[in-house]
Amino acid sequence: MLTDFIGVVFDGVAYGSLLFLIAIGLSVTMGLMNLINLAHGAFAMTGGYVCVYASLRLGVPFLLTLPLAFAASAAIGVVYERLLYRRLYKASHLDQVLFTIGMTYMAIAVATFLFGSGQQPVSLPHWLQGRWRAGGIDFGIYQVFLIAVVIFLTVGLELLIQRTRFGAQVRAAVDNQDVAAGVGIHVNRLFTLVFALGCGLAGLGGGLGIEVLGLDPTFPLKYLVYFLLVVTVGGAGTINGPLVAALVLGVFDVAGKYYVPQVGAFVIYALMLILLVIFPAGIRGKRG
Amino acid sequence: MMFAKLMAWVRPSVDSEVSLPHDRWSLVEVAFWVAPLAVYFLFPGYLVLGSQIFVTALCALSLDLILGYAGIVSLGHAAFFGIGAYTAGLLALHGWGEPLSGLLASGVIAAAVGFLVSFLVVRGQDLARLMVTLGVGLVLYEAANQAASITGGVDGLGGFTVGKLFGVFHFGIDGRTAYLYSLIVLFLVFALMRRMVNSPFGLALRGLREGASRMPALGVSVRSLQVTSFTLAAGIAGVAGALLTQTTQFVGLDVLGFPRSAELLIMLVFGGAGRLYGAVIGATVFMVAQEILSGVSHVYWQFWLGLMLVVIVLFARGGIMGGVARVRAHLARRKQ
Repeated sequence: MLTDFIGVVFDGVAYGSLLFLIAIGLSVTMGLMNLINLAHGAFAMTGGYVCVYASLRLGVPFLLTLPLAFAASAAIGVVYERLLYRRLYKASHLDQVLFTIGMTYMAIAVATFLFGSGQQPVSLPHWLQGRWRAGGIDFGIYQVFLIAVVIFLTVGLELLIQRTRFGAQVRAAVDNQDVAAGVGIHVNRLFTLVFALGCGLAGLGGGLGIEVLGLDPTFPLKYLVYFLLVVTVGGAGTINGPLVAALVLGVFDVAGKYYVPQVGAFVIYALMLILLVIFPAGIRGKRG
Repeated sequence: MMFAKLMAWVRPSVDSEVSLPHDRWSLVEVAFWVAPLAVYFLFPGYLVLGSQIFVTALCALSLDLILGYAGIVSLGHAAFFGIGAYTAGLLALHGWGEPLSGLLASGVIAAAVGFLVSFLVVRGQDLARLMVTLGVGLVLYEAANQAASITGGVDGLGGFTVGKLFGVFHFGIDGRTAYLYSLIVLFLVFALMRRMVNSPFGLALRGLREGASRMPALGVSVRSLQVTSFTLAAGIAGVAGALLTQTTQFVGLDVLGFPRSAELLIMLVFGGAGRLYGAVIGATVFMVAQEILSGVSHVYWQFWLGLMLVVIVLFARGGIMGGVARVRAHLARRKQ
């Protein structure tokens, strides 16, 4: 009973850290640029397809496809930010929602056209498969790997934001764009870099997540709620808030599916409404 | 008194057309509503598509009330459409097949749920509202999916018969009764809404959209306005859902799905939000385009749909009706 529970929590944490990795970019764009980007999942999907294509068609080892996924999504992010998203920062939220739903639909159509509508397989290296057994509890090796990667990246991000010049500029721009621009911070370039970083992390998450979340063209819509939830509950523009929200969400989702499978996704949607009622402005309380 | 203040506030920021309009129907409007009657006689092969267009237009119209007038962005409007559809279906299944009272009951139930949900909606800002409406839609979808013993789940709800309209007109396979029935319901609701948005209440809603933070200074309760409009919109969406159930004699799970909510938004902005006619025209164009294009390939349809949205946001704010209004304003200026 208890070992089951620990196993569920462990899987939930792995799942949640993956959600965090994908959604952190969304949180930052929402906090920094006040942009509701419903197409964020499409960047994660792009990363996933880059992974699949590189490993299956080009024979690149799985671990090397991950930086490729990051780079591809980040590069596309730069192009989109420069050409399209830039026009939306001052637009109404309705326009942002419509525009990004349109982008999502197009991404789904393009993915279906290029790769078909089926689930994509991923070939994990041998040493990432299987399970460890410790103290009567099974730990999936891939889940351990996931958590390790996300801890590493989170610490890196935290250092980047808290300890570097770039991070100080980002924090300044989140707090007040106009003043930040006034003291000589190149806010536009900052936006592009941050957007690219967020897209890259989403792409990395998409690649890492094929094993856990699956990958098919409807990915951006299927997980949209989860990403949005991480950001709204966690609060936009922070790192810790979305991290806590993602872990809570992951554990509840896995626990719901394990203990009450007949209720299905109901648990997570109900949790979402309850959390929104209790924290209308996110756990950390910063209005996005 | 309050109204005069409101007018004084509204007038400087917008064109003169926003002052309390007269309520006469122009010739173009009359022609607009006579056209579907002509279709009835000229193209009897398209009656089924026609009644689906009317149902969708009615639902888009209800979304226009909260989005175009009150300025509330909803990603889950299909929830109320679905509640109406299932209410009418379940009533008919359990022996209450009389269409008009079923329509009314569905509207009332959807409005009641909308009333409860509206308290969650008015609390937050845009993003929280998106999440709440999206969440309510998803919860209801999952609920209907899981409660298969009541709703039929993914197989849908069927096997019921809807009674004759006024005890006389049978809902036949030729779709004649369905066509006229949904057209008349659409027209009646439209006329009601047209009257409503041209009333002080409608002006107050527009004030809400343009600057919700200033409305309290005029003595207007933002909260009660939002609750009222959201409840009304939910009720009308419920009527639309019931109409779909009664005219097709079937309820599919997709009535509650997210794609429907998104499509409603799309057709509304395509036609032009905040103009009533935009909702009807948008729904018509959307349904006809879908009929033609998705027959070719579903994937391509989705691609063009997405592209259309992007293009509208970037280059064609206001949709079709917005374009018409701009052309008319241009012509009027040239006349002067």
